[in-house]
Amino acid sequence: MPRMNMLQAVNSALRCELQHNPSVIIFGEDVGKFGGVFRATANLQKEFGEHRVFDTPLSENGIVGAAVGMAIYGLRPVPEIQFADFIYPAFDQIVNEVAKLRYRSGGQMACSMVIRMPYGGGIRGGHYHSQSPEAYFAHTPGLKVVIPSTPYDAKGLLTAAIRDDNPVLFMEPKKLYRSAQGEVPEKSFEVPLGKAKILREGDDFTLICYGSMVPISLEAADKAEEEGVSIEVIDLRTLIPYDLKTLLQSVKKTGRVIVTHEAPKTCGFGAELAATITEKALLHLESPVYRVTGFDTPFPYVHEEEYLPTSTRILKAVQASLLF
Amino acid sequence: MANPIVQILDSEGAVQGKDELPGLNSQRLIKLYCLMLLNRRVDERMITLHRQGRIGFYVGSIGEEASIIGSAAALQPTDWVFPCYRELGAALLRGFSLESFCNQLFGTSKDATKGRQMPNHYAIPELFYSSISSCVGTQIPHATGVAIAAKITKSSDVALAYFGDGATSTGDFHASCNLAGSMKAPVVFLCRNNQWAISVPVQKQTAVKSLSEKAAGYGFDGVCVDGNDLLAVYRETLSAVEKARKGEGPTLIEALTYRLEGHSTSDDPRVYRSEEETQLWRTRDPLKRLRTYLIHKGLWSEKQDDKLEADTKKRILEAIQKVEGKGQPHLKSVFSDVYDEIPWNLEEQWEELRNSKNQIPLKSKT
Repeated sequence: MPRMNMLQAVNSALRCELQHNPSVIIFGEDVGKFGGVFRATANLQKEFGEHRVFDTPLSENGIVGAAVGMAIYGLRPVPEIQFADFIYPAFDQIVNEVAKLRYRSGGQMACSMVIRMPYGGGIRGGHYHSQSPEAYFAHTPGLKVVIPSTPYDAKGLLTAAIRDDNPVLFMEPKKLYRSAQGEVPEKSFEVPLGKAKILREGDDFTLICYGSMVPISLEAADKAEEEGVSIEVIDLRTLIPYDLKTLLQSVKKTGRVIVTHEAPKTCGFGAELAATITEKALLHLESPVYRVTGFDTPFPYVHEEEYLPTSTRILKAVQASLLF
Repeated sequence: MANPIVQILDSEGAVQGKDELPGLNSQRLIKLYCLMLLNRRVDERMITLHRQGRIGFYVGSIGEEASIIGSAAALQPTDWVFPCYRELGAALLRGFSLESFCNQLFGTSKDATKGRQMPNHYAIPELFYSSISSCVGTQIPHATGVAIAAKITKSSDVALAYFGDGATSTGDFHASCNLAGSMKAPVVFLCRNNQWAISVPVQKQTAVKSLSEKAAGYGFDGVCVDGNDLLAVYRETLSAVEKARKGEGPTLIEALTYRLEGHSTSDDPRVYRSEEETQLWRTRDPLKRLRTYLIHKGLWSEKQDDKLEADTKKRILEAIQKVEGKGQPHLKSVFSDVYDEIPWNLEEQWEELRNSKNQIPLKSKT
């Protein structure tokens, strides 16, 4: 089985789906000849032609709005937004059109598409190349939100997302684009949406993470183990709809929960998980649910490393829970 | 220099120039007149129903019927229409039944959109007529997307987007024109310039003299047409549609018209505009104009018109009677069609709603 980094895995998923389904169309800023600013769509235009993979004018609302029309016409659009930070001009189209078309048409129409975008910090990108806006979209009924953390999952989840009949926001942790590496089948396969993955079993803590927080969560679990604390690390993979069953099973076993994400704390996805876990498993809990997240500030440039959650901060939360 | 205003029929219904019938035979022309009248009477009736408290809202197209029906008539049945919310005439032309329309207005159990939207926000994909959003201009990139898709799949379909003068100020209008122009997409942008975006006059939306001039900035043709002249609207739309179908790209058509009533049943236009202005536009009424023309040509008579009025009134009343009081969609429909399948959280919330009808004693365990 070939080894790939996450970008190669994304590229491989797109290539397989372009082959598999003639309705799949890829477009966005710089995705054509150049193959995307991160090279996620490298060589696809050359292989599949300009009618399947093409550049658009620099206009996020135009890209997503046109994707709605393409989906209505029966194509399966997979637009790329160059950075998640630039998605806001398309926010109206995503929230008011993409997410609502099936519902408002009484199920007569659908907006099946995957909007791909790199998100998150770790590349010294400052305010506008580092944001994690997943909570805005997770708050919008009608959208699915998927975030992979490994090349294998990136390919399998992206394939499943493209084949899913619902609109999916597929957020790729750009920090892991090249650093995450692993074996990925050349041929097509799906990783089902809505299923979390237990990356490491443990008895004392449930650590819920996704995307770029996965490596630091595993690191925190390693360090905790040295001190005799056993952490179960769960990669959520799909935020909407999330795998409540797997989370609750783990929480009922461990009784202690930490959720981590890069996005700001207030109204972040961790707040949702904390509230739901508290509602459904309060009597199994030994301490409050702790959140280790980015801060409630714009994403800083110089102090990027301090802004992003670290294994040390996760271990602080472990300590707080144990001392509670 | 503003674009000249294309006109075939003047406000008295007299023919200007030689080219009067732009490929419409008399039978078709009469059919379009009947539709315009139906559109007018439906709007009038529904505004009354709103005043009587029988429907919650209404947004009509009184005074704008020619710009809508004349343009929709120039399309093939599988060309996609992306409406704003005033294009009932285009839907009726495509075969949308009054009964289906009324089911949506009343939000009955037979409403194809399951009572989820305000009146006038229907969706008729089987007639290649898209779902309606209240958001201004969001449908314009959808039409562009259909046009790009038609081009990609080498189909001969064309898309037409309807929008008002206010929508030309939105980012979606700009993005669509720019994208469609750069990709030579087979789309027609039909702006019904009815002079008012709720209370703001078109002169406050833009510094250009004619909205059709904006096309120049996107590299395609703009045309300004008398929107109350069905013949001129038809001819100019047909020309734009044929051009798009031949692969020659988009056209922006500005149909100059006037919203004779309020924006919707929620506003009183007397607060923001003069009665003189409205009176002036009443003399340019598209319905009256076409009727005068048809009678003058010997294609129609007062007697036929009286019968049409009576038949139309009857049809509308019958449609209302058929649906009014027919019950609401099932409550569980609140939770379906958010996704293709109902996810766990919505199942859970449905249970919550289902069990929250009756107040229980606060300390009871049941």
